[in-house]
Amino acid sequence: MAELKVTAIREGTVIDHIPAGKGLKVIEILRLNRPNGGVLLLASNVHSGKLGRKDIVKIEGKFLSEEEVNKIALIAPTATVNIVRDYRVAEKFKVEIPDEITGILRCANPNCVSNHEYTVSKFYVVSREPLKVRCHYCERTMEEEDILGNL
Amino acid sequence: MEWKGRDVISVRDFSKEDIEFVLKVAERLEEELKEKGSLDYAKGKILATLFFEPSTRTRLSFESAMHRLGGSVIGFSSASSTSVKKGESLADTIKTVEQYSDVIVIRHSMEGAARLAAEVAEIPVINAGDGSNQHPTQTLLDLYTIKRAFGRIDGLTIGLLGDLKYGRTVHSLAEALAFYDVELYLISPGLLRMPKHIVEELREKGVRIHETTDLEGTIPELDVLYVTRIQRERFPDEQEYLKVKGSYQVNCAVLKNAKESLRIMHPLPRVDEIHPEVDRTEHALYFRQVFSGVPVRMALLGLTLGVLEGV
Repeated sequence: MAELKVTAIREGTVIDHIPAGKGLKVIEILRLNRPNGGVLLLASNVHSGKLGRKDIVKIEGKFLSEEEVNKIALIAPTATVNIVRDYRVAEKFKVEIPDEITGILRCANPNCVSNHEYTVSKFYVVSREPLKVRCHYCERTMEEEDILGNL
Repeated sequence: MEWKGRDVISVRDFSKEDIEFVLKVAERLEEELKEKGSLDYAKGKILATLFFEPSTRTRLSFESAMHRLGGSVIGFSSASSTSVKKGESLADTIKTVEQYSDVIVIRHSMEGAARLAAEVAEIPVINAGDGSNQHPTQTLLDLYTIKRAFGRIDGLTIGLLGDLKYGRTVHSLAEALAFYDVELYLISPGLLRMPKHIVEELREKGVRIHETTDLEGTIPELDVLYVTRIQRERFPDEQEYLKVKGSYQVNCAVLKNAKESLRIMHPLPRVDEIHPEVDRTEHALYFRQVFSGVPVRMALLGLTLGVLEGV
């Protein structure tokens, strides 16, 4: 009955199967910690059949853009997104790391042209496990720690 | 592969077939140059050399290549004399210069600058060095030099010596050598090792790699020793530079155990990493390497301009 520890939402998004401890990071990168009127719920360290322990984030009155879903995929690749309408799950899908990541990540290389000139950042996924991406401009490879710090 | 209008930004954009094709065209142009002195394939075409960061050697090599192809050259050799000083963006500079020229060669201190320029420009852009990232035309001329000296690249044992951390020439060369059946020795001070991601990538591509600090112990194994300068200007910290300054010097004593056929290369300029006494030996290939820049850059200019179809 773990799901009942947090209130059900009428309309919005439930991000489930977030690796335990990454829920706060999801809230941070989606900027959900800003007062916007909707209810935000975080359940952390919840028992999970698949992951052992997991975090769950519920956001009332918000539906995620593709860009936001891609951001979640980068830090919580196991996550599933549930779109809730009238207390029911209307749509459910697993996040997926795309082959190309455009516009949502800054390059960690301070001398990369993308940090100085107007460009839309672009990265190619070199490896998903462990996560490694290569900058389209400076060709430098970023690993998970750099990726998290530059979302 | 259609070459007309193609950008030359990174070795990563090339296949082995592309590389072999450029080397073949360069060889043909070198022979034709020997016969005729100068050519007129690029007559009426204008090359713009945008050197935001100074580099006399690469700039002169491109200018010489364009003149020998029968074309002409405009450009600048430092950002201080341009509108960049007034705050103009790189993109606007490129959009302006392409109105005056048919092909752009760019050297810039920022990594990725050439890629950005190529995205903005409708005419071909050739990367003449972007920060510590890539220098693809140097790589092609390095491969050309090796091929002319040995008749092949496959089967050679090649040592890369010096600043393998910041040296873009060795980064690009190592990536290109991964197309061939070579054994690589990466010889550097601990502080200047080849970046981990490049070493991993090379290993994944099946290159046999040895990382070492021992030059003298490695010399007898090598067919080619590619020496690089420890570049003071690339160090974010002067103290780091002082720790590794003068780590290696290739001189006749160091070469006493080398194969007779060992050839030494260097992208130049050198400071003290190769003693001038080596110049007089059969090992020295670095001035021939400088010469190789002209036919290789002629090939790239002619191919991207689309004027060499008949060659």
